[in-house]
Amino acid sequence: MREILIIGAGPAGLAAARAARARGASVTLLDAADDVGGQYWRHLPASLSAGREDLLHHGWATFTALRSDLDDDPGCRIVRGAQVWAIERGETTGRPDAARPDAARPDAGNRDTGRPDAEPAEHDDRGGHVVHALAGPVDGTDRERITLTPDALVLATGAHDRTLPFPGWDLPGVFTPGAAQALAKGERVTVGERVAVAGAGPFLLPVAASLVQTGTTVVGVFEASRARTLAAGWLSRPWRLARAGKKGAELAGYAAGQLRHRIPYRTGTAVIRAHGTDAVTAVTVAKLDRDWRPIPGTERRIPVDAVCAGHGFTPRLELAVAAGCVLTGDSFVAVDDAQRTSEPGVYAAGEITGIGGVELAMAEGSIAGHHAAGGDTGTSPVRAARVARGVHRDIARRIEAAHGIRPGWSSWLDDDTVICRCEEVRHGPLRDTAAATASTSLRSLKLSTRAGLGICQGRMCGRTVDALLRQHAPHAHRNDNATFDHRPLAFPLRLAELADHPKDNDRKESA
Amino acid sequence: MTVPPFPVPPSQDPIRPDPGTSIRISVDETEYPGRAGQTIAGVMLAAGLLSWRYSSGSGAPRGAFCGIGVCFDCLATVNGQRDVRTCQRRAVDGDVVVTQHDPLPRPPRAPAPESAAESASEPAHRSAPEPPHPSGPDSPLREGGSGA
Ligand SMILES: Cc1cc2nc3c(=O)[nH]c(=O)nc-3n(C[C@H](O)[C@H](O)[C@H](O)COP(=O)(O)OP(=O)(O)OC[C@H]3O[C@@H](n4cnc5c(N)ncnc54)[C@H](O)[C@@H]3O)c2cc1C
Ligand code: FES
Repeated sequence: MREILIIGAGPAGLAAARAARARGASVTLLDAADDVGGQYWRHLPASLSAGREDLLHHGWATFTALRSDLDDDPGCRIVRGAQVWAIERGETTGRPDAARPDAARPDAGNRDTGRPDAEPAEHDDRGGHVVHALAGPVDGTDRERITLTPDALVLATGAHDRTLPFPGWDLPGVFTPGAAQALAKGERVTVGERVAVAGAGPFLLPVAASLVQTGTTVVGVFEASRARTLAAGWLSRPWRLARAGKKGAELAGYAAGQLRHRIPYRTGTAVIRAHGTDAVTAVTVAKLDRDWRPIPGTERRIPVDAVCAGHGFTPRLELAVAAGCVLTGDSFVAVDDAQRTSEPGVYAAGEITGIGGVELAMAEGSIAGHHAAGGDTGTSPVRAARVARGVHRDIARRIEAAHGIRPGWSSWLDDDTVICRCEEVRHGPLRDTAAATASTSLRSLKLSTRAGLGICQGRMCGRTVDALLRQHAPHAHRNDNATFDHRPLAFPLRLAELADHPKDNDRKESA
Repeated sequence: MTVPPFPVPPSQDPIRPDPGTSIRISVDETEYPGRAGQTIAGVMLAAGLLSWRYSSGSGAPRGAFCGIGVCFDCLATVNGQRDVRTCQRRAVDGDVVVTQHDPLPRPPRAPAPESAAESASEPAHRSAPEPPHPSGPDSPLREGGSGA
């Protein structure tokens, strides 16, 4: 029986597991969290259950049915609390006869290539990747070591918030919107009493809604994109949007909710500074021009005790990079029509291939799971998923067109603004070092500025540093292949866990 | 000022939460109540604690930021183990949390540019507070919060 390993049990990974099981493959599903659901269906642990938890979620019944089907299925093994920390490329990868999809094209990932896919032959696309995970209490010692060598691998590791820096964003009380969402949905804790929600993208709406549901006063949702840009992005070809049934209704529901709760929704506006000494006590918001440059004279100070700021999402690419997958020009995992990556036997689905929301993640997951399990293109469930994928990729393009980051944001930085939170690299020194060094590579720029070299391994600042270096050191040729997404160890490990007693807690299995 | 209602008051929560099991954890020797299943960061935030670490370079206070285990701002020592992401680790009754402050010797080439900016009229939002004694109970509380 073909053995499929799926990493990430969010909407994409869950859909992949169901599709692979439907094709008769044996499935192992790993997630670092202690339950499945990913970011979208992050929920209360069993010890904090509630009679009406469904009120916190969209598609809750879909999720609970999917979870119990997979839990009850002896052909599907779910390993919760399992952090994958490395993937080694197998000996067979890179061989010339392996099926190399057109994913290697730099722009393949975000586009429907329209190319009829070749049916992956039953076993000849086996990549021989070796996956290493640790299962047990987060960052604990003595976790169980798991080593897996599946026939095919589906990567569904999702994304995390991307927050553009602004003066004061490193103060306690400034959170990502995802943090507010995770705390509200996962344990009914709210980040503050008077909260500003700021940044860009439709995700700000469910976050404001969750905060209101936890009794918080949301002083405003400040969306950086201007109304005209939003209208152009969302309302061009509205008939396509209408086809996106559920997502459209979900977003419309949030808009109505905002009105009902009288939360001001301000477009073309940003939080450009957070004030406070040990914690945030106020924010300055300002109007932005179409390039997100603050318009002088429009600043307004609003007292708050928390800020949720996020300007989109960054895909969690480290495992895909470790597996050898080619990335697109805009740094997502490149996939073909069957969600195959450039690596034999490795598929990718969900936010790591492009930011597009839950329905796109599930459609891609279904397609990836089906093909990873050896399925062909014509089968009807995949046909439906392919239609859904097309519709929701269209929404993804609208989101990018409407809410995409504009270059003027860097004009709200001070010289003193922290860019890299871990190493506390500030904007002025970063700019000056970049401009002064004759650095010819990202690697040497990283070393001379120290940006992105801290414990988060550039997750928080990587994209920002990249953008600022392009701006301040346009002369620097990037002649190495260094990227901020390259992290040989996906997570910091305790050396003791690697070195000690490999026999005692090493579980080696085929999948 | 009272401690703000950071945990949603169960009686007012539309999702009708079960009472759950009470737990207590200590943070720098002060006890905080929580419910089984919460994360350690969740217990601390719910108690009004906003930061529990000082950055290595400038000594700026840090707490939770990303909430999903990717920023590493929320680290603390838990039951003697350093560098635990408290937003990911579930709190267990009796957990002993000790805040971590690991000041680095300042690299000679970094003559903190903030000293000039700090004296300007803007509130000194990064005026490096004195790092508290490693086990002192004086981690910064949210304004007006009384802790436990
Ligand atoms: C914090 C947060 C909250 C969000 N909330 C909402 C919301 O309320 N509404 C909305 O419309 N959209 C929300 N989103 C957007 C959301 O990302 C997508 O809608 C959807 O969840 C994407 O599904 P996915 O399966 O691609 O990824 P995810 O749901 O992100 O799932 C990826 C899974 O992979 C796991 N994983 C990652 N790396 C590893 C590893 N190395 N080892 C083991 N497991 C790993 C993660 O634990 C996670 O469970 C949120 C995003 C974030 C970051
Ligand atoms: S808050 Fe970011 S890792 Fe815990």
